[in-house]
Amino acid sequence: MALYTKTVMDHFMNPRNVGEIENADGVGEVGNAKCGDIMKMYLKIKDGIIEDIKFETFGCGNAIASSSMATEMIKGKSIEEALAVTNKQVVEALGGLPVHKLHCSVLAEEAVKSAVKDYYDRNGIPYDKKRFPDCGNCEACHMV
Amino acid sequence: MMIYADNAATTKMSSTAIRAMLPYMDQVYGNPSSLHTAGQQAAEALQSARERIAVCLGCQPREIYFTSGGSEADNQALISAAKIGERKGKKHIISTAFEHHAVLHTLQGLEKQGFEVELLPVGEAGTVTAQQVADAIRDDTCLVSVMYANNEIGSVLPVGEIGKVCRERGVVFHTDAVQAAGHLPIDVREQCIDLLSLSAHKFHGPKGIGVLYARQGLTLTTLIAGGAQERGKRAGTENIPAIMGMAAALEEACAHMENNARAVSALRDKLIAGLSKIPHSALNGDPVHRLPGNVSFCFEGIEGESLLLLLDAKGICASSGSACTSGSLDPSHVLLAIGRPHEVAHGSLRLSLCHWNTEEEVDEMLRVIPQVVEYLRNMSPMWKDQKSGKRTFVL
Repeated sequence: MALYTKTVMDHFMNPRNVGEIENADGVGEVGNAKCGDIMKMYLKIKDGIIEDIKFETFGCGNAIASSSMATEMIKGKSIEEALAVTNKQVVEALGGLPVHKLHCSVLAEEAVKSAVKDYYDRNGIPYDKKRFPDCGNCEACHMV
Repeated sequence: MMIYADNAATTKMSSTAIRAMLPYMDQVYGNPSSLHTAGQQAAEALQSARERIAVCLGCQPREIYFTSGGSEADNQALISAAKIGERKGKKHIISTAFEHHAVLHTLQGLEKQGFEVELLPVGEAGTVTAQQVADAIRDDTCLVSVMYANNEIGSVLPVGEIGKVCRERGVVFHTDAVQAAGHLPIDVREQCIDLLSLSAHKFHGPKGIGVLYARQGLTLTTLIAGGAQERGKRAGTENIPAIMGMAAALEEACAHMENNARAVSALRDKLIAGLSKIPHSALNGDPVHRLPGNVSFCFEGIEGESLLLLLDAKGICASSGSACTSGSLDPSHVLLAIGRPHEVAHGSLRLSLCHWNTEEEVDEMLRVIPQVVEYLRNMSPMWKDQKSGKRTFVL
């Protein structure tokens, strides 16, 4: 379908890092079933480095592709580097998305943040709450 | 191999329809409004098409108005009936919650002009009864508009019974027959239909052409002004090739209606039986009163657009009522109207068959679809939560 770029279709048809990490160090889930997309990210973190990342997604082709691309961009990076990855970078890496689909990439960014926040919470690591907005209040659910 | 199972969206043209069009592009290409021979040949063709289509609908040729398609016919039908009502001080309109947007959006426009629109609930099976309509009709009701068959879930509505109720109560009755024409019998006299919309490309005719049937005596409101075509009710030089293609396609569809319906509904029933075996799935729409080619399902735990993309990659062209296919966050109003919750409506799949689909294609779809559903469920956190009991199943 011409709706999506080749990169989007590649990540949709052959998604990277699909699945669950047992005993993950951080797990984040964003989105909601009513809107038609839920993204769940699992992180394995060692010495501040994201050693492994996996995702599970209920959503459209583009939500799955964005999840896949985000995990590729974050794997092996430091937590700070991971938090710096924006939805814009995910979209650029995918070669662009149709305007009405942009919210899916926002969801990928939020899922990563949510998983990192979970890691911080579990380990009692202090953090700036402003960097981790509640899902449901982000622009993703209000864009369309 | 490509399996085309989206005939409710549009159809492949029949060779009969294509052949019927060709002479009107380079041989009989005159303007029917012209006095010269070339023009009058086109005018004769136009009249013959009108007569042949009238026979298919059981009406008079003068009751046929050519439009650009189903949407324009719906717009003109509703606006015309509303204007007639308004002149008599009647501004109450009855329709259903799961009409096509060509009807619903036009009704919203009329609401802004002061009309009161009442949308009847369609229940879980997706239908309305004549009794529901009878109960809703008031002294100031000017129009009842109920679709003949639903485009998404395939329910066939009792338009004949509804028509009789409307006729007895003196209310104008419109039916959007876009999905029904060429597939289900139409007799506007017997079914007491005052206004009917149809579109040629849903029955193997060309795109961009349709019909508004308006019972003699019902004054239509002109939406496109600028000429005397179509008795002054629809300006613009007639699209003769498309009209000839439509007439040929409708005649052909009506001639083979029973045989096609029998063959296609057998394929449909095999598909429905096979897909019903997928756990936590449900058929949408009326299981008995159903378009011969419509198969509509919801699969819990997955999203329809990703399903469509994967099916497309495996050569299956289908459709879905998920939000992501519509460009909004809300799934199909039709699925919501039959009571499917949002999260279930997102996981919908529509397969719409025609007489060119084969049993081999049905078998292939029954092989591929369960695999793809399972693949997507395996990566869905929602499905996982449902399986582990953290979230309850709806279906």
